[in-house]
Amino acid sequence: MIEQTPWLVLICCILATFFWRALGVAVASHIDANGPVFQWFSCVAYAMLAGLITRILLLPVGTLEQTPTFDRVVAMVSGFVVFIIFKRNVVAATVTAFMVFLALAALRQTGSL
Amino acid sequence: MTELTPESPVTEPPVQNGKAFMAGIVAGISMPFWMVLASMIGFGSMVRTAGLSLDIGIGSTVGIWGLPGQVAMLELFAIGAPLLAIVTASSMANLRFMPMSVVMMPMFNGDKRAHRWRYVIAQVMSINIWSVTMSRCPEMPLMERFPFYMGVSLACGIGGVLGTAAGFVLAGTMPLYVTLSLVFLNPAYFVFVFSSVRARNCIIAVVIGAVTGPLIHQIAPNWGVPITGLVAGTAAFFLDRMFKARPND
Repeated sequence: MIEQTPWLVLICCILATFFWRALGVAVASHIDANGPVFQWFSCVAYAMLAGLITRILLLPVGTLEQTPTFDRVVAMVSGFVVFIIFKRNVVAATVTAFMVFLALAALRQTGSL
Repeated sequence: MTELTPESPVTEPPVQNGKAFMAGIVAGISMPFWMVLASMIGFGSMVRTAGLSLDIGIGSTVGIWGLPGQVAMLELFAIGAPLLAIVTASSMANLRFMPMSVVMMPMFNGDKRAHRWRYVIAQVMSINIWSVTMSRCPEMPLMERFPFYMGVSLACGIGGVLGTAAGFVLAGTMPLYVTLSLVFLNPAYFVFVFSSVRARNCIIAVVIGAVTGPLIHQIAPNWGVPITGLVAGTAAFFLDRMFKARPND
């Protein structure tokens, strides 16, 4: 077992993440930004991010795991109602979802819910 | 660095680097700064709980600059996993940066400065910066995009460092419901950001990805994100082409 220093681990992780970033740059310079390959990458990027975000909200790992799914869903639905009423206002929707979630979490912690 | 002469009536007006950079900072502070701040407060307190030092926390925010990869590193380091396992898990958790940079880099095509700094651009990219760039830059003159991007990145970077430090210092003193809500904030924001995409292929990709993401995660927890991207993204790509092929679209 090799003694691990946090800095060694960190530097390796930084390089391993940079690998993906640099690979993206290299690929981007070899494809036509108006062609089908670029369109495909675009679809993959958006699908990947959308999948990651809904996974974090519906099946969280870590900190959010200790919150009920009900709270997260109710907060998001409230945000969506505001999103639709205020013509796709991202800020208003985000603030609403945050406030609803904060209220539910606070009520649960104080035992009122 | 501008090669345009202001006197020449036929050329475009000179590029206002400073103005575009400031516009980037303003766009950064309007929302992404706060999102990064909130998420990194959550991360900073995790760093403290895991028994690591603040400089490692800030180093990973600045260097890895992608929360899923940072969290993976922290969790596996805390349980004493072998180096290769930590690095692989952290890297896999941030694989999304590859298609993200493929899609974003052409935004700067034709700007020589951006080409010279392309690997720096890729290093400072995060999901928050990416989404602002993707929505704002297309309607911006080419030469203003790079300074704008750097402005947004600086604002987010400061938010990340401040958040990590604040979370580390405040760990254990904040009520739990506040910490939970701060961690909830950024993913919630992205749901609305992605609900605002306009291009049809992106809308289809977001919808299919959002539905299949949690399902695929249950089958393959470690590979869920890349598999979702490949499967849902490819499906969206072909669906979009099918719509395009229709005569009365």
